[in-house]
Amino acid sequence: MGAFILRRLALALPSLLGISVVLFAVLALAPGDPFAELATNSNVPPEVRVHLRASLGLDDPVALRYLHWLVAMLRGDWGFSFISRVDVTTLIWQRVPVTLGLIGASQLLALAIAIPVGTLSAVRPYSWFDRIASTLALAGFSLPTFFTGILLILVFSIKLDWLPFVYRSDVEATGWAAVVEHVREAIMPVAVLGLFQGAGWTRYVRSAVLDVVRLDHVTTARSKGLSERVVITRHVLRNALIPVVTLVALQMPTVFGGAIVTEQIFRIPGIGSLLIDAILRNDTPVIMGVTFVFSMLVILFNLVADLLYGLLDPRIAYR
Amino acid sequence: MASSIPASRTDRPVSPWGEAWRRFRRHRMAVSSLGVLAALVAAVVLGPLAWHMPIDALDFSATMQGPSAAHPFGTDDLGQDLLARMLYGGRISLAVGIAAMGMAVLVGVTVGALAGISRGPLDAALMWLTDLFLSLPQLPLLLLLIYLFREPLKAVFGPEGGVFVMIVLVIGCFGWMQVARLVRAQFFSLREKEFVEAARALGATTTRVVWRHILPNALGPVIVAGTINVAAAIIAESTLSFLGLGFPPDIPTWGRLLFDSKDHLDIAAHWALFPGGAIFLTVMAINFVGDGLRDALDPRRVL
Repeated sequence: MGAFILRRLALALPSLLGISVVLFAVLALAPGDPFAELATNSNVPPEVRVHLRASLGLDDPVALRYLHWLVAMLRGDWGFSFISRVDVTTLIWQRVPVTLGLIGASQLLALAIAIPVGTLSAVRPYSWFDRIASTLALAGFSLPTFFTGILLILVFSIKLDWLPFVYRSDVEATGWAAVVEHVREAIMPVAVLGLFQGAGWTRYVRSAVLDVVRLDHVTTARSKGLSERVVITRHVLRNALIPVVTLVALQMPTVFGGAIVTEQIFRIPGIGSLLIDAILRNDTPVIMGVTFVFSMLVILFNLVADLLYGLLDPRIAYR
Repeated sequence: MASSIPASRTDRPVSPWGEAWRRFRRHRMAVSSLGVLAALVAAVVLGPLAWHMPIDALDFSATMQGPSAAHPFGTDDLGQDLLARMLYGGRISLAVGIAAMGMAVLVGVTVGALAGISRGPLDAALMWLTDLFLSLPQLPLLLLLIYLFREPLKAVFGPEGGVFVMIVLVIGCFGWMQVARLVRAQFFSLREKEFVEAARALGATTTRVVWRHILPNALGPVIVAGTINVAAAIIAESTLSFLGLGFPPDIPTWGRLLFDSKDHLDIAAHWALFPGGAIFLTVMAINFVGDGLRDALDPRRVL
């Protein structure tokens, strides 16, 4: 098992390097340079600027600059935010837990919807339940997160006044009241992201279960006299979930996109809203840092999916 | 089986496309969605000819009004007519969707065909590239690219053209992977088929085999993926505009209208509902058509 994890990690390295090359290439190809701020500032004398450029290695060949940049990124030396003059790493680490919480909760909601609904649809294909569920799933998957967010705010905050529409980390209450308040704040963002993902996955689960239900081992299980519930949960679902895990991991970039939008709508202080703020204020180091974190998270989730894959499918040996 | 087919039909050959159309018509939601889509396209293309209200006429005596005879979709905070703005914005949203799809399909088919016809290192390298692109965090990178390249493209193509070209390029760059994988998979199975072998035996060059024999047969899944791509591109463009990083403020794409409306939800709900509803309706219609096409073009399925 340990060796398997190490091997998967070794396989993830080239992707991480590939992503870092893409990121660096984008940055290097971009017109203007990150020191434009200093270049246009008349308070900085030209000889100081030349000296700065040389000391920062900006005139070195591209390959050397890439190496320097990569080493700095790996050592956690991500620079200072232009705007708040704080370490980029500090800024990001403050906000990562919020984003991960939002994504985690919404993924759980999505799975809680997708697995039962998708399975029931596939067990009785083309029944009324299946037709309604499939149509709703397609509709839900066509509703962009930013519009669902606005709709929920319209209905639950403005018309009904049940839920707050701005996420505030500084709740005035203490103890249980604060917990309740945080949960109330989190309901809509989690629902927005969870429903969107749930709708998409319902379709995957349905088609995966449909593929498995026809297989011979399922017929065997039925003919042994096992109850339908056992057949579905033990013999069908476990096999059907294997391809679904892969698809869930492949969807991770989309999930992060949804999280950025959701954080922006509900003003949640996660790394997504940090990214948008940084872009609107031309804060290059923060933009690069957040993009890098998102890339690493994608790779991390792919790794987790690989491990889960091994757990779900004993035919894949941990060699 | 043969006895169930009416005699008049047996001697009339059905073309593959006719057969696909017959299967497509069975998907009722897909057919009605095709109607909705045609109506939407007709509205944004022909609408401005019938609805003459300018998109930027300010009217401070009628700000944030709900739907009325003078303004069927109401007005925004500057009293601009929302119907006119939506018709204009719809053209851009649809154009971005179609252009980005075209680019994604072009890149995807090229990469997939190259990988599928050449075994060995080139195939491995191209698939590694595809996997790499699949694991890139798309929205953050889209935002990064737009942040870095907005100004120079604006200088080359003008404010509207620059942003249009960039958004299409960037969205297209992140949409080709699925197509590439599908095309490669099709190539892998088709290149071993007897008719390809026959063409080879007749002395056809690889180029001719690819163009005349393999590509036309690999087209079905590409059409389906392309359709879904249009929807994805429209959502991507609206997302960028919704985050305030898409088209400039004076170009009212649907996402931009939503972005502008989101601080006035309590007084002017219609301002958000019309453009949001338009995006939803378009994307859903495209997805249903894609579903219908999948049923129609999947040769394994017999209906």
